[in-house]
Amino acid sequence: MKKQILVIGRHGEILQTVLRLINANEQWEAKGTLEDAEAIRIFDRFSFDLILLTNGISEHCENSLRLYFTDKRPTVNIVQHYGGGSGLLTTEILQALSEPAVSASSHQIK
Amino acid sequence: MKIKHSLKKDTTGTGILSATSESNNLLNNNDELKKIEAMRHIPNMEGVTTPEVNFLLHKANSRGHVDHGWLESYHTFSFANYYNPERMHFGVLRVLNDDRVDPGKGFGRHPHDNMEIISIPLEGDLKHEDNMGNIAIIKHGDIQVMSAGTGIFHSEYNKNEDQQAKFLQIWLFPRTKNVAPRYDQASLNINDRRNNLQQILSPDSNDAGVWINQDAWFHIGQFDNDFKIDYNLKKSTNGVYAFVIKGNFSIAGIELNQRDGLGISNTKKISLKANSADAEVLLMEVPMTLG
Repeated sequence: MKKQILVIGRHGEILQTVLRLINANEQWEAKGTLEDAEAIRIFDRFSFDLILLTNGISEHCENSLRLYFTDKRPTVNIVQHYGGGSGLLTTEILQALSEPAVSASSHQIK
Repeated sequence: MKIKHSLKKDTTGTGILSATSESNNLLNNNDELKKIEAMRHIPNMEGVTTPEVNFLLHKANSRGHVDHGWLESYHTFSFANYYNPERMHFGVLRVLNDDRVDPGKGFGRHPHDNMEIISIPLEGDLKHEDNMGNIAIIKHGDIQVMSAGTGIFHSEYNKNEDQQAKFLQIWLFPRTKNVAPRYDQASLNINDRRNNLQQILSPDSNDAGVWINQDAWFHIGQFDNDFKIDYNLKKSTNGVYAFVIKGNFSIAGIELNQRDGLGISNTKKISLKANSADAEVLLMEVPMTLG
């Protein structure tokens, strides 16, 4: 069964690139959005193994999203994607999927 | 933020060699170091009460390697399809790629975000173009930086049709996420690095070299055989990752050969000695935690 990944970002072209790269892996399946409200709707409708936060999300929005997701599903893993392309994406996902989730309150969010 | 959490819990992203500065001589044997390197954590040495210095040795032949024909790359840390959980980062230093690109070949238009990306040409010329309108050539002696921030698209090619390009590409996690994207490059006088540590990068736009969105300082030095020099850290909480570009060195008492890397943290000063003629080293002083 494919690992389900939700990708949230603010840059349309980068988001499409990240989605394309993830979906090129036959073991992963990604959905993505630029809007937080839509992210929450998608999150409530499907079951995700991992949530990937990409660029441009403000600290306030990131905190709100993390609190919502972990409140609804404490075991979901949420990670920040850095680099914007293929360089770190695979290792970030592999590492995140191999680790237990960390609750939102324990993150030190910058 | 997940990465901050993971950086806090393990600032080297891999195994740590621990020793006091007084006991550095105990770690001088490369075979012993290789053996220890494979271990996840090394406990403090029994009976030691002075602050410990941490060492992290990456021998050149232990790096990830990919050969796409037109591109050959050695990865010190996990990158692209090379995934080694023991090789994730040294502090905020996340990528150290040692690349060779065939004549006329290169990387087409692709995105970056939230990363400080530094390119250091070693041989040949690279042509850069980005969506901010920058078109530039960088050559040996230059340094290029991109603060990718909220997002940047760029391409980079070997400019020459008759010569390979070799360069280091280095990625640091940024001090602040989502900054405005920025491109810069500087041409440096390579004579200034002869038997000297020439600063090529800092956090300060008024300081030597290029500047980045991180409390990091890079220096390059090229030395005569037996030349000795000390490097004093700018910030005591930072660490230094030394990468031998050419030749052989003793750094903090540890023998290093060409393309070996050594991370050192929890120290204020590092002693270097060149063990071959024209030995060249890159020192990258970086924060050991993010934020």
